[in-house]
Amino acid sequence: MERRDFIKLTGAGVGGLILPITGNMVSAAQLLDRPMDVSMKKQLADVALNAAKSAGASYADARIGRYLNQFITTREKVVNNVVNTESAGIGIRVIANGTWGFASTSKMTPDSIAKTAKQAVAIAKANSKFQTEPVQLALVKGVGEVSWKTPIVKNAFEIPIKEKADMLLNVNNAALSNGASYITSVIFLVNEQKYFASTDGSYIDQDVHRLWAPFFASAVGKSGFKQRTSLGNPVGMGFEYLDGKKEDKIYVDGANIGYNNSYDMVEDAVNAGKQLQKKLAAKSVKPGKYDLVLDPAHLMLTIHESVGHPLELDRVLGYEANFAGTSFATLDKWKSKKFQYGSDIVNLVADKTQPYSLGYVGYDDEGVKTKQWDLIKDGVLVNYQAIRDQVHMIDQTESHGCCYSQSWRDVQFQRMPNVSLQANQEEDLTANDIIKGVEKGIYIAGRGSFSIDQQRYNFQFGGQLFYEIKDGKIVDQIEDVAYQSNTQDFWNSCTQLAGKSDYRVGGSFFDGKGQPPQVSAVSHGCPTTRFNNINVLNTKRKV
Amino acid sequence: MSIVTEKEAKKILKKVLSFSKADECECNLNGQLTGNIRYARNTVTTAGEVSDLTLAVQSTYGMKMGVATINEFDDASLEKVVRRAEELAKLAPDNPELMPNLKPQKYAKMNTYFDATANVTPKYRAKAADDGITPSKAKKLVASGFLTDSYTMSAIMNSNGLFAYNVATDISFSATIRTEDGKGSGWVTRDYSDVTKMNTAEASQIAIKKSLGSAAAKELEPGKYTVILEPAAGVGLLGRLFNNMDQRAADEGRSFLSYKAKQDEKNAPKNKLGEKMFDQRVNIYSDPNHPEVPTATFADDGSTVGKTYWIKNGKIENFQSSRYWADKTNSKYNPTASGSHQWIMSGGDGSLEEMIKNTRRGILVTRLWYIRQLDPQTLLYTGLTRDGTFYIENGKIKYPVKNFRFNESPIVMLNNIEALGKPVRIDGNMVPPMKIRDFTFSSLSDAV
Repeated sequence: MERRDFIKLTGAGVGGLILPITGNMVSAAQLLDRPMDVSMKKQLADVALNAAKSAGASYADARIGRYLNQFITTREKVVNNVVNTESAGIGIRVIANGTWGFASTSKMTPDSIAKTAKQAVAIAKANSKFQTEPVQLALVKGVGEVSWKTPIVKNAFEIPIKEKADMLLNVNNAALSNGASYITSVIFLVNEQKYFASTDGSYIDQDVHRLWAPFFASAVGKSGFKQRTSLGNPVGMGFEYLDGKKEDKIYVDGANIGYNNSYDMVEDAVNAGKQLQKKLAAKSVKPGKYDLVLDPAHLMLTIHESVGHPLELDRVLGYEANFAGTSFATLDKWKSKKFQYGSDIVNLVADKTQPYSLGYVGYDDEGVKTKQWDLIKDGVLVNYQAIRDQVHMIDQTESHGCCYSQSWRDVQFQRMPNVSLQANQEEDLTANDIIKGVEKGIYIAGRGSFSIDQQRYNFQFGGQLFYEIKDGKIVDQIEDVAYQSNTQDFWNSCTQLAGKSDYRVGGSFFDGKGQPPQVSAVSHGCPTTRFNNINVLNTKRKV
Repeated sequence: MSIVTEKEAKKILKKVLSFSKADECECNLNGQLTGNIRYARNTVTTAGEVSDLTLAVQSTYGMKMGVATINEFDDASLEKVVRRAEELAKLAPDNPELMPNLKPQKYAKMNTYFDATANVTPKYRAKAADDGITPSKAKKLVASGFLTDSYTMSAIMNSNGLFAYNVATDISFSATIRTEDGKGSGWVTRDYSDVTKMNTAEASQIAIKKSLGSAAAKELEPGKYTVILEPAAGVGLLGRLFNNMDQRAADEGRSFLSYKAKQDEKNAPKNKLGEKMFDQRVNIYSDPNHPEVPTATFADDGSTVGKTYWIKNGKIENFQSSRYWADKTNSKYNPTASGSHQWIMSGGDGSLEEMIKNTRRGILVTRLWYIRQLDPQTLLYTGLTRDGTFYIENGKIKYPVKNFRFNESPIVMLNNIEALGKPVRIDGNMVPPMKIRDFTFSSLSDAV
């Protein structure tokens, strides 16, 4: 499912039929069909690998994928759409003459698969004429036949459609009864059934689940309108995420409720309605320098943009120059071993093994066992995100295991793992503790507008909820806030972190990269964090 | 099988409808044959081709609707997809916004297909990459770019007898060429329906020139400047304005086009239809028969599409809306072409070069990047300049300047027009170069 298709499918009032590009819509019952037997997948994968080798490939991998999506969209009291999609096929990647080749097909007969493998080799050979940097692949020992599954408790695909639709209508009703004028709510489920096989001797069967249930509410007042989106997160979990357990709620005095590993969507909708009315009456921020206290549901996006993206090795090296851009975090800065990315309390780790996260898998899409590694240690840049054909460029021998493709149809490449800011290990401070120490500041929750330059220096972020802090207390909800900074300045102004019990994982369902573009889902964990003396703008403008 | 003829499409869709037991049935057939090549660091990185043909069936029972799709075309598969759509329709709750299928329509001729584009070869794509790589290497520059071509087919048939069919071709190219030391960066983009208009060698030279010319940029203080937005720089903000012209959002009070009633105003309108909001010279319309940006003359639901003004002489002339909302509010339904968001902004006859020549002091902007909305009420957006930003003095480009972050609204921009040049095609739209006074840059960026 590509982002544009998701937007199209969830949009109200779309004329004509709705066509997802990478999925065929199927009935609810079919989604629960038993997937293809593993032994059959192995046979078909071997057809691909053998055909590729016979055609002259020095390496080959095959990904047999069945990608299921379900989403239900509602608007106020109406269920707009109930959609099931399925997409299945095989993607075959090879190295021939030191060059990558890729081809894919949805026709899963042995003949078709062998033909596709040969086509991938032919493409590799044709492109090798232009190749100036032969592929160097980091060694990976075959793992034999293994399997992995997202540890979900309740398979959201198995929950009756009516139950899910009713839940969303309850959410809408809660927001509308408490001050919202309009609301759209969605539940979006993903199940990637992926089988990976390679000439290294790996046969890896994985069953990956993700869920996202956002709402978008707005209120119209005399002087205009305001918007508030949900504070829940997309997660690598089942329907249990929507249980809204008490122990997963984190309260900030005078402000919002944050959610950890489960989400009370109805409660958040009630608060959204009330907060929308306050937004309509709220005073506009006075621009200037403030100490910012950033809630995890907000800071996750700042981490994503200002740490996650600049440390993707393909961006650093220039492979994304024509689209997403390059990076300020150049190799010389990393080699110096003293590039102070942030203050010395800043520790950011990459992690593909973090429970409940969107990036959590057992193996990546080129058969590498996933792991955790440091990116920023005590404020210093220590590593990047790299895959098998990249690690030699940073003098390393082991892939980081962060290769991904959005479907069987697209070629896999380096994608951002979960990148998370570590909590305060010494004191288990709360958000309230941090706010107490701030004289003049703003507490920001939820993700809003975000924009950053193509080398990730200059950024500007908004949010959902803004609260003015005076002399250690939240005094009022305010509006029209955006902060602007430079990545290195910003992370060096980080002065305080909340502790482990405040740490939460947020994420993005649709992170885009590549040409043709592909999406991936990625999480970012962090505690409530303080940044001193940040430039705040007022975004209100007369037109 | 990815592109089928009109006769074949009719045959397939008639067969599909023959299986239908629902109150109403509508089916869409969409085929695509696309190719691409990508290069970076002066070498080809990926290349591929994709072919696909998909059938979507929409079945309705009363106010219940279900949709299913398939990409197999034997009789059993065609019947299966109809049964699936009907099963989903029976399970779905009533949708009070569902509209009945249209009766047969008459469509104007479509001019969206070009034989040469449909026959682009891997060799052509490789040459396009080489047009950037070889001259860049010679000048010690680093080239990256992407070329993609497509040949697409779409057909609609419904149980009322409506039938529409069209084939279209498109090709687009972009290149970013940087200096080895990373201090200069130039960019170019081109897109056409007819590949014979594409000149990737000429386009690559523009990126090379901008790359060399943008190195050693000077710092200017952020603030309000007269800017010349090249068409590729203007397209982002204009496109966002166009995409926010939905009538329902306006009527519900959630748009920059919502009417704010004065105290005690009776029978106040809900939206700003007919209101003058922009400079007199602002004219934005859609036209399926524009020779540079042709589109289908039918919409996704089979409605006919003709020339429609959205903004005329600075006034809001028409809204976009769904058929349901137009019907409910008894207002005009203005469908847009299937598979396209085409819009055309009128301009003048002058070239970009003439515009620069007539500028005493200003900033030339190649493109804007990472544009995000700050306030939907005022359409205030933020973003950054990228890949070639230059200071103009007394009619000449004097020196490159560091990139800026802007915080600006297209509403303000279209009220501050100094001059409009000759429109060119960008991303399937026609966009003039625009000279705008008092454009707001809020900070500097170190990015190149």
